[in-house]
Amino acid sequence: MLSRRHLMALALPCLTAPTSVLADWEVNMTPGVTDVSQAVFDLHMIIFWICVVIGVVVFGVMFYSIFAHRKSKGAVPAQFHESTTVEVIWTIIPFAILIGMAIPATGTLIKMYDTSDADIEILITGYQWKWKYEYLNEKVSFFSNMSTTQEQIYNFDEKGEHYLLEVDEPVVIPVGKKVKFLVTAADVIHSWWVPALAVKRDAIPGTVNESWTRVNEPGIYRGQCAELCGKDHAFMPVVVKAVSENEYQEWVLAKQELARQEFELNNKEWTMEELMARGEQVYQRACVACHQANGLGLPPAFPALKDSPVALGPMEGHIDMILNGVKGTSMQAFADQLSEVDIAAVTTYERNAWGNNVGDMATPKMVAERKGQ
Amino acid sequence: MSAVVDSHAHDHGHHGPAKGFTRWLYTTNHKDIGSMYLWFSFIMFLVGGSMALVIRAELFEPGMQIVDPNFFNQMTTMHGLIMVFGAVMPAFVGLANWLIPIMVGAPDMALPRMNNWSFWILPFAFGLLLSTLFMEGGAPNFGWTFYAPLSTTYAPPSVTFFILAVHMMGISSIMGAINVIATILNMRAPGMTLMKMPLFVWTWLITAFLLIAVMPVLAGAVTMMLMDIHFGTAFFDAAGGGDPVLFQHIFWFFGHPEVYIMILPAFGVASQIIPTFSRKPLFGYPSMVYATASIAILSFIVWAHHMFTVGLPLAAQLFFMYATMLIAVPTGVKVFNWVATMFRGSLTFETPMLFAIAFVILFTIGGFSGLMLSIAPVDFQYHDTYFVVAHFHYVLVPGAIFSIFAAAYYWLPKWTGYMYDELLGKAHFWLSFIGLNLTFFPMHFVGLAGMPRRIPDYALQFADFNQIASMGAFLFGTTQLLFLFIVIKCIRGGKKASAQVWEGADGLEWTLPSPAPYHTFSEPPTVK
Repeated sequence: MLSRRHLMALALPCLTAPTSVLADWEVNMTPGVTDVSQAVFDLHMIIFWICVVIGVVVFGVMFYSIFAHRKSKGAVPAQFHESTTVEVIWTIIPFAILIGMAIPATGTLIKMYDTSDADIEILITGYQWKWKYEYLNEKVSFFSNMSTTQEQIYNFDEKGEHYLLEVDEPVVIPVGKKVKFLVTAADVIHSWWVPALAVKRDAIPGTVNESWTRVNEPGIYRGQCAELCGKDHAFMPVVVKAVSENEYQEWVLAKQELARQEFELNNKEWTMEELMARGEQVYQRACVACHQANGLGLPPAFPALKDSPVALGPMEGHIDMILNGVKGTSMQAFADQLSEVDIAAVTTYERNAWGNNVGDMATPKMVAERKGQ
Repeated sequence: MSAVVDSHAHDHGHHGPAKGFTRWLYTTNHKDIGSMYLWFSFIMFLVGGSMALVIRAELFEPGMQIVDPNFFNQMTTMHGLIMVFGAVMPAFVGLANWLIPIMVGAPDMALPRMNNWSFWILPFAFGLLLSTLFMEGGAPNFGWTFYAPLSTTYAPPSVTFFILAVHMMGISSIMGAINVIATILNMRAPGMTLMKMPLFVWTWLITAFLLIAVMPVLAGAVTMMLMDIHFGTAFFDAAGGGDPVLFQHIFWFFGHPEVYIMILPAFGVASQIIPTFSRKPLFGYPSMVYATASIAILSFIVWAHHMFTVGLPLAAQLFFMYATMLIAVPTGVKVFNWVATMFRGSLTFETPMLFAIAFVILFTIGGFSGLMLSIAPVDFQYHDTYFVVAHFHYVLVPGAIFSIFAAAYYWLPKWTGYMYDELLGKAHFWLSFIGLNLTFFPMHFVGLAGMPRRIPDYALQFADFNQIASMGAFLFGTTQLLFLFIVIKCIRGGKKASAQVWEGADGLEWTLPSPAPYHTFSEPPTVK
């Protein structure tokens, strides 16, 4: 329950005295940056004020009784206890208010469900604990991991402005275009949520949910996973960057070029040092949440890699484990998540870090061969 | 029935309880069993509350300080399960045991041996559940709603023990509910027609039907999980052709009636206490009965409002939105009736009345946020945030739990024969009132500002309100030890209570001496 690291964190007395500077006292929902989010915000405020008015009336009568009809003031109890007329009145009035509320709510809901005629389609897949974005027509695809460091989380470093709400690669969309989100999950249920867009859709394995947005203002909009998805549920933020149409097109081209370069890396001759350096980066991004920076894992759910039979055993078995994962556990199949060179690098790293001294190195070619098996 | 009791009385003169531990182990007496239920639920309240304090301590400031994320998830899960199944439900069953027989003029519950069994299952069920904390891989960590596949394929091994514990709780609840129905329908004193029953009895009758209807559904859900985990089925596994959303439909078909199981008896308690301290009969008794029944019926057709974000078709979304909004009507009727009861009464504010008034006000605030949550398009923003946490804690803490406190203070003199310490009781009320509002009101704000629930660490802009909530939680939590002190003090002595106890009280239980003798209504009273 309490690891040494946590105890150390406790011993550092609130190194980052939280927030007094950065915190604000936000008390309400954001109106957001889309027409739908504005409509949602308006509905929220209408129903809120309806509740306030009802509350004032009902509690008003109650407080009047509490002050005026006290025994200590000599109040004599009336004996009335029945009135069908009154009962009918206070059944019908709330009913009428509800109908008045249901009409605009229905209109907004119908709008939210209209995913037709989208300009861009993005398939969003939730993984424990990161998001994958695939632009279906542009053939752009990448993972988005939280970029807040463990040192910040465990209070060794000062927390940044966007603590827990920052990622290595935001999802980029153009303003003014209808963007359709297709939301699913690879393992457990997640929920993709960006408050400023008023989009929240559960990411469910085996199901593809649909939603859409059309952002009016360029900017960076932050959200989080909203459905409990295991240990690091708090640590899989969503960052949407809305940019102009031109900027978006440039970004798509750059991403496509980058993908080509990445692919080229598979054919490069790698040295042990290069693979170890790259492997450490990959490990920090894809593996560290479960297997931990020191390779000791969090047994039994997340086994140690240091001195593990897989990492010290035959290379083929180790690569297969990373490619295919272990069904029924949190160990995902990384074949489609990491490039061949990344898998070669991280395999090499795991076999030669933390005192694991196998001494051999995997190559992208070996990974490609295992993939073909 | 009364013949048996009579011959006993003949043997012993005055028949009292057996001595020692076996009195409690073997007892079939509704008062003993009621007391055991109440003590058990209070212990669970403290256990579940301690877990809440672990949660609030971790959330006192951003960053991970005290526990790791996995243990945090175990705490949120166990806190929810223990409070729902271990604290609130057994407390109401305890009240039912103590009060229903003496309110309807029956000598005991209809099925006294089964009554013993339904209680004694509980310590074992919760012993089993709590033991998972010490197992390899830890306790259940998938939330009290245990959504598959996080609770099946990705669950810690202890999930099997959790499933067995849920089965045991379900058996206990079903037997308790059967007992309540059998007692109310068969054992009322002559003249006690259904529409003359105290509202607490009415609300419990309806609650018992809800329990019988939905506890088997819960049992079905956990059995399907068990099959998925151990026997190769794929009810909730998409890879095998199953559907994780099916789990949520089944769970919430149980879950929504379940939340009314926790609040309807609270309505009953408020409907007993408010007339007493208003010195005026309950306004609109028949409409209260009909409203309770309407809420119970509606509870079966609103379950998917917990699932507005899972991707239901538009038509389903609209149906569940309308049905959910409809619940506001009978619930509103109840609140209006309570206020009308107080209106032009002659009010005094003893501790039970304070808790009952706070119940009406704060439950109504929870009802307002519930109405807001029912608006499906807006729920996309509220869903799974602290706004929801604020909502259900407002209906459960000052709702269910305040009504239990109110009931405890109201009937303690009848149970113990002594008056509790009024000054301490009021202190308990005000500290609880301040503590809980400090804890749960700021949660509305952080929820609207975008803080998801069930996270051990949060972005910096949520820090201030979380700090306030944590301080409120420790105030509320420690205040409950004062309640323990007040109850023990009251049991040990104090001002003698009269049979009537409260000037404005009405009902058969107030015709009995205080404390109520071990056996009551061996001869049925006549109700005019």
